[in-house]
Amino acid sequence: MASIGKIARRTFLVGAAAVAGGVAFGYYKYRQPLENPLTKDLANGEATFNPYIKIASDNRITVIVPRAEMGQGAFTTLAALVAEELDVTLDQIEIEHGPAAPAYYNDAALREGAPFPAFDHSMVAETVRNAMGVVGKFLALQMTGGSSSLADGYEKMRLAGATARETLKAAAAQKLGVSAASLNTEAGKVIDPKSGKSLTYGELALDAAKIDPPSDVALKPRSQWKLLGKPQQRKDMPAKVTGQPIFGIDVQLPDMLYATVRMNPQPGGAMKSFDASEALKMRGVKKVIAIDSLYGKGFAVIADNTWRAFKAADAVKVVWADGPGHRNDAEAKKILASTIAAGGGFSLRSAGDPEKAFADAPREKLVEAEYYAPFLSHATMEPMNATARLKDGVLDVWSPNQAPSVIKIIGARLTKLADDKINAHTTFLGGGFGRRIEPDFSDYAIRIAMETEGRPVKVTWTREEDMSHGPYRPAALAKYRARLGNDGFPVAIHGSVASPSVMAGMVGRIMPGLPTAGPDNLILDGTYNQPYTIPNYRIDGYKAPLSTPVASWRSVGNSFNAFMNESFIDELAHAGKIDPLEFRRKLMADYPTAIAILDKLKTFSDWGKPIDQTRAQGIAFTLSFGTWVGEVVQVKDENGSIRVEKVWIVADPGMVLDPLNFRAQMMSGAIYGLSAAIGQQISFKDGAPEQSNFSDYDALRMNQCPDIVIEILENSGHLGGAGEPATPPVMAALANAIFALNGKRIRSMPLNGEISFV
Amino acid sequence: MKLQVNGTVHELDIEPDMPLLWALRDELNIKGPKFGCGAGLCGACTVIIDGQATRSCQTAVGDVTSNVRTIDGLGKPDALHRVQQAWLDEQVVQCGYCQAGQIMNAVALLEANPTPSDKDIDDAMSGNLCRCGTYPRIRAAIKRAAAGQQTGA
Repeated sequence: MASIGKIARRTFLVGAAAVAGGVAFGYYKYRQPLENPLTKDLANGEATFNPYIKIASDNRITVIVPRAEMGQGAFTTLAALVAEELDVTLDQIEIEHGPAAPAYYNDAALREGAPFPAFDHSMVAETVRNAMGVVGKFLALQMTGGSSSLADGYEKMRLAGATARETLKAAAAQKLGVSAASLNTEAGKVIDPKSGKSLTYGELALDAAKIDPPSDVALKPRSQWKLLGKPQQRKDMPAKVTGQPIFGIDVQLPDMLYATVRMNPQPGGAMKSFDASEALKMRGVKKVIAIDSLYGKGFAVIADNTWRAFKAADAVKVVWADGPGHRNDAEAKKILASTIAAGGGFSLRSAGDPEKAFADAPREKLVEAEYYAPFLSHATMEPMNATARLKDGVLDVWSPNQAPSVIKIIGARLTKLADDKINAHTTFLGGGFGRRIEPDFSDYAIRIAMETEGRPVKVTWTREEDMSHGPYRPAALAKYRARLGNDGFPVAIHGSVASPSVMAGMVGRIMPGLPTAGPDNLILDGTYNQPYTIPNYRIDGYKAPLSTPVASWRSVGNSFNAFMNESFIDELAHAGKIDPLEFRRKLMADYPTAIAILDKLKTFSDWGKPIDQTRAQGIAFTLSFGTWVGEVVQVKDENGSIRVEKVWIVADPGMVLDPLNFRAQMMSGAIYGLSAAIGQQISFKDGAPEQSNFSDYDALRMNQCPDIVIEILENSGHLGGAGEPATPPVMAALANAIFALNGKRIRSMPLNGEISFV
Repeated sequence: MKLQVNGTVHELDIEPDMPLLWALRDELNIKGPKFGCGAGLCGACTVIIDGQATRSCQTAVGDVTSNVRTIDGLGKPDALHRVQQAWLDEQVVQCGYCQAGQIMNAVALLEANPTPSDKDIDDAMSGNLCRCGTYPRIRAAIKRAAAGQQTGA
């Protein structure tokens, strides 16, 4: 494991810059409370207690959930953290995304980004994690990602509810002439059990908000929870089953214009020329403008209807220049392989001396394999869009986004307006998966709004534009090598993974100028930090010089590393003639959390019991985002095609705050991963992506969807994430099941390159 | 031209080849049907015309002569349609973007076939993409709505 000294010397991207910066700033400024952004816009009779709570005299209680609701249920579960301590029911509250403000920084996402496995709670690891938390506050990153919303909000939002509750009690105590300690709270009221009198929160709010909250509020023990830990009805469900206009694409403003963009599909490529003369003659077309952005070069058509903008964009004659990136997939693979061959990588796991173990290994004890994963599009159901208005020196941007603070950074850069003249409004998101952290869709919308004389403009991308422009999940290539001992278990493993750096790409796009040299642990997430004990163990990462923009994609590095590492573990088990579940059981013997998962998975899936000749099971395990997940996939041969019949998931997130939603996230993550593993890829030809729509980049459909069953354990002692951890292991479990079925080892995704699926 | 949506007749001065989806969304501010692919591949834009689940992104507005039913006319939060209630009871939705289309497709299915088998559900619903992976709960909700339809519950 790397030492703290080594870490500090590196420039760790956000992390690395962060660690150094955090220590330099020290704790003093960090300890200063951040401004409550709600105080500026209070309605008459409304009081705010902290950045998460507003209570009005008429008993309207508003909870701010500063994380994007993109399907993962954060809206309901995060609000429940506040409601639990405030002692209100979920029916009594309204939930809002709230404004973009430093008060809502996400330190858990950065903490989980520290280059240590989740099981490493040593002093060094904790010190670096804490330093990153400090820096999260400085950078005021308000983002939704890293499956971090609950871990981030767990303390903060319960404390927000509890401190508000105590001030409400103090206000009631003054009115009733009793001690605050003698009062109870329930369902939005303070109750005096002696007199039977009660006061609603609305009656107390204005007085209570003037009282300084006590500094020693005790949070409820788990045994007293009424909401947390229990299944809740999602608060966003009624609007979503009735088709309410809640998404970014539904934004409707008076006098609004409609636009679309067409950018060079070759990443980084310029626009040589464009001729809009035909387009400008078409009905409803107002303007065609060139866009020259850090994120792409191309043009926008502004019209009075989205379809007219699409149609006119088709009529623009444009000549694109080639981009600087790889021309085709063969070239990309060559670059990835040569990056490893050139050496000079960084190691995030190092034990013993694998090279020495390989040096005198008999040939029959050596196992080697190479794996590949392609670029992937996020393909959110709602195509990229944003609505912007620049009027009277104020910029407003409405968009389905995962990082409103990024929009404010972009807005300030483009318009030169002060921070308080820029408003980033977060709508509901029709899927996010990491794509909506990116600044591009907001950047283009702001540039277009700068050309519409104060009129708001909604910019909608076509599906083709969305799919043929990244940033993508990066392609990756890994080489693994192992030496097996006489007992069939590995005495040495050496893995080398090459991939373009997501962290360098994201930092470069969001905050150009920040240093992005040094290692990127995202390249190795899902392989260096797995709870396997191998005597000689080394995992190296290589930042590959592929210039195609790459981004976070549901589970990030885990999305390819789990496939590669867990396929290799499976290959070793078969080479050592040991059952793959028992094989993992022995290698993870030091980690009771993992053992409990495997034991549950074994009985749950009837692992090892004979099934008929047409069916087989495969297993994989991944610890990601603090959640430990084991999955078994069962496949069936249907006339030479593979059907994914059933998936068993056993997950341990330490603690489950809403079991209904947690299960939904496990199911969702597995289906998302299966879609990618079976058939998705963004391939390149002549420097441009070949895929354009769901016809050539499809996802699992109803008729292909397996039965999915889930068991939850709560042993790990660390609150893990929910949105991403089910995605990584399912891909390897599927590949391993196919090997178990027919002996065909597929080392390259998508798997339908080598076998057909129903 | 005239266009009837959820029982209301609208007068429109637009090109007849404009897809129904964009006439609804951008001209009439009826935002229930969603834009997902523009090519009839994802089903997010599904409406019902003459009892048929129809992809509004692939239907020229000039070709529409019957009433168009969209989710906006199906039910409201305090008076849900049976299928919407089943969606709520099964807590189907995640991001929700595809669900207006899923629900309209399910309504058309159940109106034509009140007791669909799993195969019937697969056949009717496989054109509707969901990237959140809510399919198992969609199936359960369709069965729940079908059962309720049978008992009149």
